[in-house]
Amino acid sequence: MQKVYIAGVGQVPVGEHWDKSLTNLSTAAVRSALKEAGNPQPDIVYIGNFLASSLSHQANLGALVCDEAGLRGVEGTTVEAGEASGAAALHMGYLAVRSGLVDCVVVVGVEKMTDMVGTEVQSAAVESGDTDFEGMQGLTYSGIAGLLMQRYLDQYRAPRDSFAGFPITAHNNGVNNPFAMYQKALDLEGYKKAPVVCEPLSLYDVPTYADGAAAVILVSQKLLKDKNKAVMISASEIATDTLAVHDRADPLAFEAVRISTENALQKAGLTRDCLDLFECWDTPSIYGMLSLEAGGFAERGQGWRTAAPENMALTGRLPIATLGGIKAHGLVPGAAGIYQVVDAVTQLRGKAGKNQIKSAQVAMTQAISGAAASAITHILRTA
Amino acid sequence: MEIPRHWRLQKQRLALVGEVCPHCHAKIFPARDVCPECGGEAKTAFKFSGKGEVYSFTTLHSVPAGFEENAPYTVALVKLEEGPIITAQLTDVGEKEVKIGMPVEMVTRRIRQDGDERGMLIYGYKFRPVMG
Amino acid sequence: MDENLLLKPARAVGIVGYGVYIPQYRLPASEILRVWSGDEGGTPIKEKAVAGLDEDTVTISIEAARNAFARAGIDPLELRAVWVGSESHPYVVKPTSTIVAEAVGASENIQAADLEFACKAGTEAIVMAMGMVGSQMGEYALAIGADTAQGKPGDALEFTAASGGAAFVIGPAENSLATINAAYSYVTDTPDFWRRQHQVYPEHGQRFTGEPAYFKHVSTAARTMLDQLGAKPSDYAFAVFHQPNAKFPQRVAKELGFSKEQIQTGLLAPVIGNTYAGASLVGLTAVLDIAKAGDRILVVSYGSGAGSDAFDISVTDKIEERRKKAPSTQQYIDRRIEIDYATYARYRGKIVMK
Repeated sequence: MQKVYIAGVGQVPVGEHWDKSLTNLSTAAVRSALKEAGNPQPDIVYIGNFLASSLSHQANLGALVCDEAGLRGVEGTTVEAGEASGAAALHMGYLAVRSGLVDCVVVVGVEKMTDMVGTEVQSAAVESGDTDFEGMQGLTYSGIAGLLMQRYLDQYRAPRDSFAGFPITAHNNGVNNPFAMYQKALDLEGYKKAPVVCEPLSLYDVPTYADGAAAVILVSQKLLKDKNKAVMISASEIATDTLAVHDRADPLAFEAVRISTENALQKAGLTRDCLDLFECWDTPSIYGMLSLEAGGFAERGQGWRTAAPENMALTGRLPIATLGGIKAHGLVPGAAGIYQVVDAVTQLRGKAGKNQIKSAQVAMTQAISGAAASAITHILRTA
Repeated sequence: MEIPRHWRLQKQRLALVGEVCPHCHAKIFPARDVCPECGGEAKTAFKFSGKGEVYSFTTLHSVPAGFEENAPYTVALVKLEEGPIITAQLTDVGEKEVKIGMPVEMVTRRIRQDGDERGMLIYGYKFRPVMG
Repeated sequence: MDENLLLKPARAVGIVGYGVYIPQYRLPASEILRVWSGDEGGTPIKEKAVAGLDEDTVTISIEAARNAFARAGIDPLELRAVWVGSESHPYVVKPTSTIVAEAVGASENIQAADLEFACKAGTEAIVMAMGMVGSQMGEYALAIGADTAQGKPGDALEFTAASGGAAFVIGPAENSLATINAAYSYVTDTPDFWRRQHQVYPEHGQRFTGEPAYFKHVSTAARTMLDQLGAKPSDYAFAVFHQPNAKFPQRVAKELGFSKEQIQTGLLAPVIGNTYAGASLVGLTAVLDIAKAGDRILVVSYGSGAGSDAFDISVTDKIEERRKKAPSTQQYIDRRIEIDYATYARYRGKIVMK
């Protein structure tokens, strides 16, 4: 088994790219990442994508993305895991290089949310939940989060404002990231004034869907050219839970997160305090809260104490969303997991500018699909 | 038109028919082939009473396609008295304030149409505050 | 008069269980007056029941039927027929009855069909059920009358066109909470009120709907039944007449010799409106909610087009124990949320969305 390195990263700014197609986005990310990696020859391209089939009526992205990126003939397939598709594609790339069978894999996450407009987009987006028993009751992705937040507030008597730490941290960190869709700071007052979207969630408690693409190039040691830019993947772990929230013995326990986090730390031979930053799934804010608890960073029902802005800020005990998180980037389902990794790599390379965490050496990234029906955790270290 | 998919789920939706595991007697809704409690094969039908309480709820204003006509509406996690939790819209709430723990009962209502005014009608379970 | 016009089955039959459903919304008649007449004029009733956004004849029938089974105490698998009468079936082709049958847990060994005869489609289903059970073709049959009929905006009938329904499990007399001793149907071809295919709202013959239609058929059916039975109005504890408004049933009762007290319990139009195929049947459920063993009830429905079904019913001692097993009609009437005309227009799909 061989070590897996990230030799290059590429990303497109997140936004509503009316004038760009899905492959305009994926091609830009792939070529930019390959260039940064010194243009190695890819053996495989794994594409992370969730909704192209529903929103663009386009499947078979394996062939399409390779073709359009100038990689005709190369092995390409799509990996789907709802909003965590990008991270799932990364996992497959990791397995491929780790196995020793290949030496260079391109992993690109891409989503084009704006090819369709109207309520059909909401119906498609809730496919990461249980279609027959959650979607068919008229729920949306945010609606499911609303049910969990309502229960959390009631069960633990958490102060309503204790959720503000997630969007505040994300937005404040997004100010310095030109790739994030939102680059405006947020304070507690702004959070409190926001309109209710889906009781009890208000505007800053939910993500905004957008278009984007991000890519990383995975290489084995043999193809590693520039060790200074390289980051090693020490662990890549996926765990699943029931799809529907109502099927869980404890709806507030993100079991997939717990299992995935424990396995990743174990594989990497690390403990939680070794982490210098955690690109967690920070939005909807309740998912950030439940991720901290299930991941063992806070006691059950006490996540709201840990989630204080000062703890999660760049100078805090456990920095999250260091370059904007999902909240300030905007949620690009197929690519979110890759944007998280790109941000982590930027930190570990010391290239995060005003947002740089001092001596960042170990990062955890975590993407979840639906209400953590699956959780995908990666641990990255400076090479 | 998504006829077979909705027809397959009719009994479950119309009459809250789930399963009881013949091995460990766990009550299961929705129906599935493998018991989530003991892992044994589970295919015996079981009709739930329809009584339960609100475990959580949320109100949606921005809704998925096909549900626009009924918006805004409240969706709840309902803990059935037999054990399972299911997701369902609340209806006939009137002026009452929805609270976690509120006793509710199942009613069969029109959920939506399949597509547009030419499509089949989909009926299913919703829950209302217990009458009387 | 010819002898033996009564519809009496070979074996005695009756109502084994009954159930009602009335939606919770109420539109005050004053609201209709406000929008269409600028508050000028009177109203024929106080308010009417309006189906909510997720309700229709199918859902009303299902809840009424479930209530009927709660009282009947029989296994729905024993049903041999499910018949639903309405003029607002959600599908024009594809029965309401099969959906109701599946929802209540009937077997697949059933007869099922939808009926239409304006406001008497529900009582027709009862006559058919009497035939099936009375001839011993089957032990139990489910007969339902339910409607969410549309009222044309600004028309006189908009005041009263309401939503609601009732269900009856018909079975052998020995197992009944009320026996149906006889039925009689009086039918002619009288075009007092109709709705052409593809039209949203019905048409009515204004004053023609009175004498030659409602009064002629209800009176003839009632008189013929009483005559054939050798009965007089005072033999009955209760009488329920079809109630398109409050005035018509009061007038026909008086003409036939029934008192205000006899028709009071079963006259619900003032507070819920005319539930069309449910009307006289919902009135009957209100009577069964309070009747005592031995009480005799006369029910006469009316359906435009036109015809009346009359029933002579006797309450048995099984009523006390069974009636408390489901919500009463009054409980549904008391469950009330007042709405305005705009909300009513939205709920009844009267706003052009496309």
